Amino acid sequence: MIKLDNLTKIFETPNGPVTAADHINMEVPTGEICVLLGPSGCGKTTTLKMINRIIPSTSGRVFINGEDTTDLNTVELRRNIGYVIQQIGLFPNMTIEENIAIVPKLLGWPVDKYKARAKELLEMVALDPSVFLKRYPRELSGGQQQRIGVARALAADPPVMLMDEPFGAIDPINREVIQDEFLKMQQELRKTIMFVSHDIDEAVKMADRIAIFRGGRLVQYDTPDDILAHPKDDFIESFVGDDRALKRLRLVQVGHVMEDNIAVVKPQDTLKVALERMDQHGYSRAILMVNERHQPVGYVSRGVAQTTQGYCADHYFGLKATTQPQDDLRKVASLMFNHDTTWLPCIDHNGVLVGHVTQRGITHYLGATYHRDAVAAPVLEHSHKANA
Amino acid sequence: MDFLTFLTVNSNLLLKLTLEHISLVAVAVGLATLTGVPIGIAITQNERAARAVLYVCSIIITIPSIALFGIMIPVLSMIGHGIGYLPAVIAVLLYSQLPIVRNTYTAINNVNPALREAARGIGMSPLQRLRRVEIPLAIPVIMAGVRTAVVMNIGVMAIAAYIGAGGLGVLISRGISQSDPRQLIAGAIAVSILAVIADYCLLWLQKRLTPKGLAV
Repeated sequence: MIKLDNLTKIFETPNGPVTAADHINMEVPTGEICVLLGPSGCGKTTTLKMINRIIPSTSGRVFINGEDTTDLNTVELRRNIGYVIQQIGLFPNMTIEENIAIVPKLLGWPVDKYKARAKELLEMVALDPSVFLKRYPRELSGGQQQRIGVARALAADPPVMLMDEPFGAIDPINREVIQDEFLKMQQELRKTIMFVSHDIDEAVKMADRIAIFRGGRLVQYDTPDDILAHPKDDFIESFVGDDRALKRLRLVQVGHVMEDNIAVVKPQDTLKVALERMDQHGYSRAILMVNERHQPVGYVSRGVAQTTQGYCADHYFGLKATTQPQDDLRKVASLMFNHDTTWLPCIDHNGVLVGHVTQRGITHYLGATYHRDAVAAPVLEHSHKANA
Repeated sequence: MDFLTFLTVNSNLLLKLTLEHISLVAVAVGLATLTGVPIGIAITQNERAARAVLYVCSIIITIPSIALFGIMIPVLSMIGHGIGYLPAVIAVLLYSQLPIVRNTYTAINNVNPALREAARGIGMSPLQRLRRVEIPLAIPVIMAGVRTAVVMNIGVMAIAAYIGAGGLGVLISRGISQSDPRQLIAGAIAVSILAVIADYCLLWLQKRLTPKGLAV
C-alpha cells in the first residue's frame, strides 16, 4: 500500500516559486496498479519521484505499507522500491545477469541465491536464460532491454514499484506485447505499483485506478471505467477523448454482457418450429442452429423461415463470426462492423455454444452507469445521456 | 655503413639509455595516473573546483619543458635532488596531469544521465555508483588520456638529459654538443620508435581494460 499525505513540491526558479505538485493526497491499495496520467508538466512524474526521493519533497509524507518513510535512510528506502525508467538504464558494463542481480547483491544476498533469482526472473519475462544471462545490454533490442529493466526492479522482491513511462521508448507493437506480459505477471505477483503515463489508452489498459493530474493537482482518482464514463470536468473529458465510450469497450469482457439463456434449433427441426421459437423469444432476425454437441453450425433467418417450408438443415446460413467469453467488447464491435451484423454467438474453447452477444446488450450495459447516477446526481448529466 | 656500425658497437649503451628512458616515463606517468584519476573523480563533485583545477593543469602544460626542468633545479636543490632522476619525474608528472585529470573528469561527467538516475533509483550510494558504473564506463577515455600523456612525455623526457636524468636524450644532447650526427640521429629515431611502440602497447592495454559490454 502506498499513501501520499499532502505531498508537495515547490521549485525555486528565477521567476519565483513554482508549485510542481500541490498537496497530493491519495492511496493505492495493496496489489493494485495506479496510473498517474496527465499532460506534460502536470506533476505526475514529480509526484512519483518524490516517493523514492529522486526529487526531494518540500512538505508532506509518504507511507509505504503503513510506515512513514520520512525517517528512513534514502539508500535503504530505494533498495526496497522497484524502479523502472523510460530510458531503461541498464548498465552497459554488466552482463544481463549482473544487471538483474544488482540490488540483491547490494543487499548482500549469497551468490547462489541471486544467480538463481536472475534465472527465475528471466524466465518470468519470457527470455531464455541459457541465451540471455551472459549477454550484454547492447546486444538486446529495446523491448528486450526494458523487460530486463522490469526484471531488475523485481529482483529483490520489493513490495512497491515505481514506473516512469516504462514502455514509452518501445515501438507500439512490442509495447502491446510487453504490456500484456506485464499484466499477466502482475496477476501472479500482485505488487503495489505506481505507473506514470501520458497515454490514455495505456492507462485504461493497465490501471486498476487512474489518477488524473493537472497543473500540479490531483483532479480525479477513479477506476478507468468511471473516468471514461464520468469525467469530472471539461478538461478531463477532452483529455480522455471524444471516443471515450469506445475506450470503455476494452474494459468489458463478452462474458459480462452475453445472454446465456438462448433458444436454438437443431438441424432436424422444421422451419415452422424455428419461426415459433423466434417469436417466442423475440428474436427479430435469426435463430442459431446447433449440432448434437451443442456447437453452433449456422443460423436460420426469419425471412427464410417465414416464406419457406422444410427442415432447418436444408435452409441455414453459415456463421459469420464467433466470439469467446474472455474477448473484450472492442473486438466484438469490430467483428460486428466487419460482418454487418448486430449479434454474434459466443462459444467456449471446445466450440460449444454458451450464449450470444447483441449490439443492444452492449449499449445497454455501457449505459447502465448513467441510469444509476440519474437518481443520485442529476447535475452531472450531459447531452451524452440522450444517446444511451 | 658508418651509422650501422655505430649502432652495433654502441648497442649496450643504446639499450641502457632506452631502459632508463622507459623507466623515467613509466614511473612519472604511473604516479601521474595515481594522482590524476582521483583528482579527476573528486572535481566531478564540484563545478567550481573543476574549473579551477583544470585551469591550473592547462597552465602547467604551457610551461616550456626545458624551463620546467630548469625550475626544478633550485627548488629541489633544497633537498639535494636538484638534478637527475627526481626533478625529471616530477616535471613529467606535472605535465601529465592535464590529459589524465581532464579525461577522467570528462568521462565521468559524460556518463549517460539515465544510467546515473537508474543507479540512484535502485539504491546505490554515490560511492557504489562510482565503483560499479561510472568508473568502469570511464576507463576507455581515462586510458586514452594516459596514452596521450605517455606518448607526449616520451618526447619531453628527451630534454631531461640536460638536467642529468639520463635516457635517450643523452644521445641527442651529446650529438649536438659534439657535432656527431650519428648519435643525434640514433637518439631521435630511438625516441620516435619508442613512442610508437608505447602507444601500441597501451592501446592493447586499453582494450584489455575496457569492460566487455562496452567494446565496440
